[in-house]
Formats: sequence, structure tokens, C-alpha cells
Amino acid sequence: MNEPKTLFEKIWDSHVVAQEPDSPAVLYIDLHLVHEVTSPQAFDGLRKRALKVRRPDKTVATVDHSIPTLTPVLPIADPLAAKQIQQMERNASEFGIRLYGLDSPHRGIVHVIGPELGFTQPGMTIVCGDSHTSTHGAFGALAFGIGTSEVEHVLATQCLLQRKPKTFEVRVEGTLAQGVSAKDIILALLAKIGVGGGTGHVFEYCGSAIRSLSMEQRMTICNMSIEGGARAGMVAPDDVTFAYIANREYAPKGKAWEESPTHWRTLKTDEGARFDKTITIDANSLSPMITYGTNPGMGMAISDRVPDPARVSDTSQKLALEKSLKYMGLQPGQPLLGKPVDVVFIGSCTNSRISDLRQAAALLKDRKVAPNVRVLVVPGSQDVKRQAEAENLHRVFTDAGAEWREAGCSMCIAMNGDQLEPGQYAVSTSNRNFEGRQGKGGRTFLASPLTAAATAVTGKITDVRTLLKD
Amino acid sequence: MSHFPPYTSRVVPLLINDVDTDQIIPARFLKVTDKLGLGQNLFADWRYNADGSPKSDFMLNKPEHAGAEVLLAGDNFGCGSSREHAPWALRGFGFRAVISTSFADIFRSNALKNGLLSVTVDVAVHHELCVLLEENPKATVTIDLASQSLALPNGKQIIFPVDNFSKTCLLNGVDELGYLMQFTDRIFEFETLRR
Ligand code: SF4
Repeated sequence: MNEPKTLFEKIWDSHVVAQEPDSPAVLYIDLHLVHEVTSPQAFDGLRKRALKVRRPDKTVATVDHSIPTLTPVLPIADPLAAKQIQQMERNASEFGIRLYGLDSPHRGIVHVIGPELGFTQPGMTIVCGDSHTSTHGAFGALAFGIGTSEVEHVLATQCLLQRKPKTFEVRVEGTLAQGVSAKDIILALLAKIGVGGGTGHVFEYCGSAIRSLSMEQRMTICNMSIEGGARAGMVAPDDVTFAYIANREYAPKGKAWEESPTHWRTLKTDEGARFDKTITIDANSLSPMITYGTNPGMGMAISDRVPDPARVSDTSQKLALEKSLKYMGLQPGQPLLGKPVDVVFIGSCTNSRISDLRQAAALLKDRKVAPNVRVLVVPGSQDVKRQAEAENLHRVFTDAGAEWREAGCSMCIAMNGDQLEPGQYAVSTSNRNFEGRQGKGGRTFLASPLTAAATAVTGKITDVRTLLKD
Repeated sequence: MSHFPPYTSRVVPLLINDVDTDQIIPARFLKVTDKLGLGQNLFADWRYNADGSPKSDFMLNKPEHAGAEVLLAGDNFGCGSSREHAPWALRGFGFRAVISTSFADIFRSNALKNGLLSVTVDVAVHHELCVLLEENPKATVTIDLASQSLALPNGKQIIFPVDNFSKTCLLNGVDELGYLMQFTDRIFEFETLRR
């Protein structure tokens, strides 16, 4: 009998092209996603060596990081951003790569459009010069971020040199209470294991709570695997996955579609397969989560109090906490509930899909944004934007006093002019609360779309459950 | 000749855990289309005041650390974004090695591809080096990739792990793409078999 294997091992093993002794594996890549910020130097490298892109048909590019989100998007005021975008356009046409450019009705954040257009499929290896490539693991793919040198390697050879990572089972059992969402599951995991807890590993999320999530919610969780140091996170595909993929533009069609699920169903961890690490999370006991510090592992239940560095025994952890609280302008022991904020950002590859916007809109309907807050709602793709507009969600947002934008990364990374001012506080549905991530000197609390919407209404950090009651 | 000869350098301690690549090089500096010039924005938000003058209390700005080519970092250095601009900026500034107890995966991989050595040491050695640098901020270490050894300022020799493949590539100046291209036939075969 064959050794039982994990989902990760099955995909890894079926993509090893070569494995020389004492060397990393040559791993075949099925889908290479490309964006404007991490690719220009890779294309330059190809030019220098007079190389072609080996498989343009397996390469998909978009522009998302540095593009404006105001209507109209053009002209781009920032000359550097404009140049970077032109460079992407030039590279795509020179090397024959499909580009979802500024004029494309399907453009958007690379991790939103990959799944949306049906490029992302179970069993694939997927890479992008972007750490949140882990998002695509929600489909039972092995998907991870790479550096620009590796982008060049994949463009040239469709392969990567990789060492086999270890495996880490994240079992989430139970049922989420009302007001608690996928974002809270991942923030709770990160609060438990810290930002380095998954280093060297690939997460597999499993258990009844994961099974009951929609694809968009699974993507939210896999997206933030990298915040725990794991390059990839994955969920075994099931009927929910297949239903999501069916009929998407680049999904298998006809006979291929009928045959695909048979293979895809084998993509699961065999009984008896061993993980290098395991953790279990009880979904029943989860509350809405929020971060208080300057990395995504510094999170707590929303009604908790900010931890006290005096009670941390490890010296370097104590220093890190002190430094974070100083940057955040928070006192040990202080509650975050009721803390006024300046900005609410609903967007990013973590939480900018249609279900995220529906959740936020349901809460904002017939309510107004508090006068002290600026609320930015940025759909993950132009397709999401159109869908939201077809459902009149944009009216709910603008009637409430929020700004409704064009698709892009926007304030998640603050490269396009959408940014916090120094000292401002934001509740954000994005994935990183690092110092200055949303604008130099800006201070970020990461939370779910529901918590963000509730905070938008009251102008202060709010437990969404108090608004769901009335 | 080795592409990575042994060298001796002073060390800048930056003893903060979980330094993310957004701190190493903030995103607003990523709108470049080449690799050059990033060194001046290395740690920009920690290094400069609002008016652009250097912050005198930031480690990299202290006169005793000028010209140091080795950074001593806290746990989990380089977490977060996959931007290879982080090692480009560190190299651009003049660093050739970072010593820490642990590194984030993508950062380590990016660093090695740019000739920036990640030297992993255990907590005790890390602590010892911190103490030695406190006693004498101008103390030097010697790093020799060929023998995988780090000589502390007190003369103690530490062997650090480097995988053989990366070591060979660095010492012989072999680039990974060149190595990968040798597998072109196998890649073609793999693609044919899967069709
Ligand atoms: S939304 Fe944010 S995290 Fe996601 S790809 Fe864009 S910049 Fe990166």
C-alpha cells in the first residue's frame, strides 16, 4: 500500500521535474501571476540574457498596486507609478503575456482576479511575486509568494528551485457565532502562533468550521497564512470549491469539466498522513478579533484589553510589545472598544470580494457613517465593482457617507495616494498593520468587514454584535 | 577565485524582533523599475526625521557603525512582504551579511540570490555577540562562507548552517537561473508527459 500523504505532499510530488542530490527540487509551476511592482527587474533580466517567456499561456499579468482608485483612473498623477504601469504594459506586449491592464473590465487585485476568472484551480502550483499568493491555496492549490529573481526563473523556465517545506495542520472545529467571520479565525490563529509560528511550513486548514465556509471566506483565511510565516496555506477542494469554479471564464469546459472533479476529489490528506505540527482552534469560542500592535500576530478578542509588557517575561518580546504600543499610542491594559478612529478601510486581497462588501453593506444600510470618520470602500476587482453596483451596494455605501472607489490595492499598501496621515488611526480589513503600512505614521487595527462597518457607523471601535442585536 | 572571500567587519546591532520588509524598505519606494539606489531608503522611516535629516539615535546613523557590513538583527528578520527590494536595499547600503536567530523564508531565499548572507546562530551566541558589541561597539566579526564560520570579537569560532547548494552557488558565482536552464530537456519531457 502507498504511504498516506498530505494534500501538500500530493501536489508537491506531482510537480517535481528533477531532484538532484543535495540540491533543491526543480518544481514545475502551473500558473504564474505577475504584477507591476515586483516584475520589471525580472523582465529586464530576460532581456539581458535574450530569453523568452517559456509559457506565456501559463502567465497572467495585471496592474493593481500602484494604480489610482479614483474615477476616472487616468491620468495617473504620480510619474513613478505611471512609469511602472507603462513598463508592465510594455513587458506584457513584448513577451506576449495576457495583461489585465488599466483598460480591462476584468482587472483587479491579482489574488482576487485569479480565482474570479477561473485561472486558479485545485491541484495547481501557483506563484506570484507577492506574498499573499497564499490566497489561492483555498482551492487546494499549492500557492506561494516568490521574490523577483524567482519571477525571472519562472518566466524563463516555468520552474523554480525549491526546498520541500514542512506541513502544519490547522484544525478549526465548531460553528462561528453571529458576528464572527473567517477573518476572526485567521486573526485568532495568528494571535496564538505569532508571526513566525509557521515559518518553514505550509498550513493545511481543515475541520468542520473550514468545511462550512464559502470559497471567499476560505480565501480570506489562506490569504493571511504568510502573516504566520507560512508561505502557503491550503484547503482540500470539495463541492463548494467545484461550484465556485464552474463556468468561470478559464475553468475547464465540456468534457474536461466533467472529468476534473474526479481528479480533484483525490486532492485531500489521506487518513493516517502525518503533519510536522498541528494546532486546533475552537470556532465556537471565537469572538470578533482585532489587532492592537504592529504585526498581525498582535491580536485579541475585541472586548479584551491591550496586554501589559510588564507581564511579558521574554525580554525581546517585551521590548517588541513596548515598541508597538508606543507606535500605536496605546496604554497597557486599555480597552480598544470605544476608541475613536479616523479612517475605515474596506478592501484588499483579504476582504474585498462581493461577500465582504455585502456584509459591510448590510450593516451600513439605513445608517450613516459617523462624522469623524472617512470610510473608503475599494472593491477587489472591476468585476466585483460591477456586481456590487448591480446589487445597488454602492448606493448603500455612498448614501451612508462612504467613498466608493475603483478596484485596486489602495490603502492596503498606500502606494497610490490612498493613505493615512501621520498619527491617524484606521480600522482596516487588510492584512498588515506594520508601522507605516497604510501611510507613514499611520496606525492600523486589523479586523473583519463586519467590525469595520460597525466602527464606521459609531466612529469608534465597536463590537458588531451590539449593532446586530437591535 | 572565490566570489565570496572571507571578510572582517564591524557590526550594527538592530535588536528588534520580527522586523518586516515594510520597515526595511517602505512600499512608497517600490515604484522603481530597477534595483539601484534603494540603499538610501533602507529603513527610511526609522532612519530619517520628517525633514529628511538622519535620526541621531538610530543605530545605522551612529558614527561608530559607519561602514559596517554586517547587521545583527532580532528573531524572524524579514517577515511580511516578499519584496526583493529588501535585500537590494540592504546590499545597496553596503551590508553583506545579516546575523540573526531566525529569518523569514522568502527573505532568506531572496537574500542569498543577491549575495546577502543570512547567518543563523543560536540564542546563546546571539546574546554573546550582543554583549561583546555593548562592551565595544567597534568590535569586528569575521565571516567565512567556505568554512561556514563566524569568528566573534573574542575569537570564538561558530559554525553556521548554509545549505550546500546555495553555498556552492555563492562561492562559485553560479546563478540559479543558469542551473535551472540545464534542466530544459527534463522540463520539456515533464510538459509532454502531462499533456
Ligand atoms: S491588496 Fe495589499 S496585500 Fe493584497 S496584493 Fe495588494 S498590496 Fe498586497
